[in-house]
Amino acid sequence: MQTMAESNTAKPPLPNGLVAIVKEDCPTCVLVAPVLADLADRASMTTITQDNAAFPQVADWVVHDHDLAYSWFHDIDTVPTLLRVVDGEPTERLEGWKRDDWEAFTGIDGLGVDLPDWRPGCGSLSVDPNRTDEIAVRFSGSTMSSRRVEIAALEDEWEALYDRDWSDGLPVVPPTEARVLRMLEGTTRAPDEVVAVVPPDLADVTVEKIAINAVMAGCKPDNLPVVLAAVEAICTDDFNMHGVLATTMDVGPIIIVNGPITSEIDMNSGGNVLGQGNRANATIGRAVQLVVRNVGGGKPGGVDRSAHGSPHKIGLAFAEDEAGSPWTSLAESRGFDADRSTVTVWCGGGPQVFVDQLSRTPESLTKHFANYLKTNLAPKMAMMETLLVIGPEHMSRYRDAGWDRARFLAELDSHLQLDTDDLIRGAGGIDEGLPEAFAGNTIGKFWPGGIHVVHAGGATGLFSMAFSGWVPPPKGSVCTTKEIIR
Amino acid sequence: MTTVLDPTSESHPEQRGLVPRPKSLDGLTIGLLDISKPRGDVFLNRIEEKLTGLGASVTRYIKPTFAKPAPVDLRHEIAASCDAVIEALAD
Repeated sequence: MQTMAESNTAKPPLPNGLVAIVKEDCPTCVLVAPVLADLADRASMTTITQDNAAFPQVADWVVHDHDLAYSWFHDIDTVPTLLRVVDGEPTERLEGWKRDDWEAFTGIDGLGVDLPDWRPGCGSLSVDPNRTDEIAVRFSGSTMSSRRVEIAALEDEWEALYDRDWSDGLPVVPPTEARVLRMLEGTTRAPDEVVAVVPPDLADVTVEKIAINAVMAGCKPDNLPVVLAAVEAICTDDFNMHGVLATTMDVGPIIIVNGPITSEIDMNSGGNVLGQGNRANATIGRAVQLVVRNVGGGKPGGVDRSAHGSPHKIGLAFAEDEAGSPWTSLAESRGFDADRSTVTVWCGGGPQVFVDQLSRTPESLTKHFANYLKTNLAPKMAMMETLLVIGPEHMSRYRDAGWDRARFLAELDSHLQLDTDDLIRGAGGIDEGLPEAFAGNTIGKFWPGGIHVVHAGGATGLFSMAFSGWVPPPKGSVCTTKEIIR
Repeated sequence: MTTVLDPTSESHPEQRGLVPRPKSLDGLTIGLLDISKPRGDVFLNRIEEKLTGLGASVTRYIKPTFAKPAPVDLRHEIAASCDAVIEALAD
């Protein structure tokens, strides 16, 4: 028996002539074992065995593919496979057992006369789903440059990740090389490409580092392009992630995804859209926050000074229901074509529900919405910013009446021009408020352009949601949209 | 044994040491940085009175917005022209 000396990442040339690839854990291979010996004798055939080195027997014509390099590099899907090899490369191949075909392939008659005429083959070990990631890491010549951290066999790997302070408090998936390699298949971008500089440590973050954190968050590979774009968006000077983190308010990045990718990766834009239960929604936002934590060094008690935080700081990402909306999407309203996939990041606090079950006209619903929004953040706050998530049943009022996005925003804003005498310091017996110099005027509850609108939510329920914002642009955070690069 | 990939930046941000604590404020220039939060000026006015009384001269600075780190030019100006700086966080 021969054995390949060492595992390496080079493609091993096959022995010339006839070659059979087999494994003992395959009834068809066991069935044809006498044929393999016969062909070794009559046609100098080499047999390469994947699992048991002594199968079909210990002999100089049997080679053990101990690290599966022959099988991996020569694309063996099925065993047994017969190959005709010239200069180390297969020129023809035949899968499974069929006597006539084997005889024609080898030019030898009378093969396995006692055997059934035909039997299908089995899956090659090199394509076993439980092994392919490991094999890919072994042979892909991994270019990943991150530090390898070894977790001892007796150590609980989940606890080990907590101990290193890499978690947001929930368990994280151990980012093994195999998992990260699989994650990186979700993007065409090179692992060493620098995507952004992450506050507060102002650390360069590569595609690879983001993929590691995406693995930990529980993302699937096809989610990675969304995470990459979102990280890029929050790390802009406009979005001001340092300030978003450092503020004592409850805010965090809110990620809204638009375009074809949302259905391709099964993001939720319907029932429970802001809640739990959808993997892409739950893990994309979490991956972005883990990048801020692990790469940027932004942690609660460190640069994150939030007084209360908010549940959505674990991560919040959701899709807009574009198909069910009569309006242009958020991304379109921000200048992107409908066939593009985008992420929009906006800095906000936790959402609150808006209940209106009786309005049947857009006028009534809009007035009520405005009244509700007057208390957004606090009744004395003006020139703020908000994100509205209009539910489908509320949206039907606007669809039925033919209102578009611009009409809604104009009508809403007209009801949100506030008398500053009610808002100045001391008014209503409340010390909080605008400086006295603002008295005798009107002021917008929200700054022009400060109302962002998305259509999402379950089909039933006369509700919408409103988020409170943070310090509006240009001093605080600017809502930012990036196109998703696949 | 499991091997995982380090999810961090693998580097700690550069740490700069503080200058030695001055033994006396006499003749020193102290920068007072207002981060532009409400009533930060009230606090800094009082600090300025106290510092001037101790023989220091005071230079006042203000950040454009409390929501962002001080611009690098402002930090450089303070470092170049002051012996020490006090930053006011207020509300």
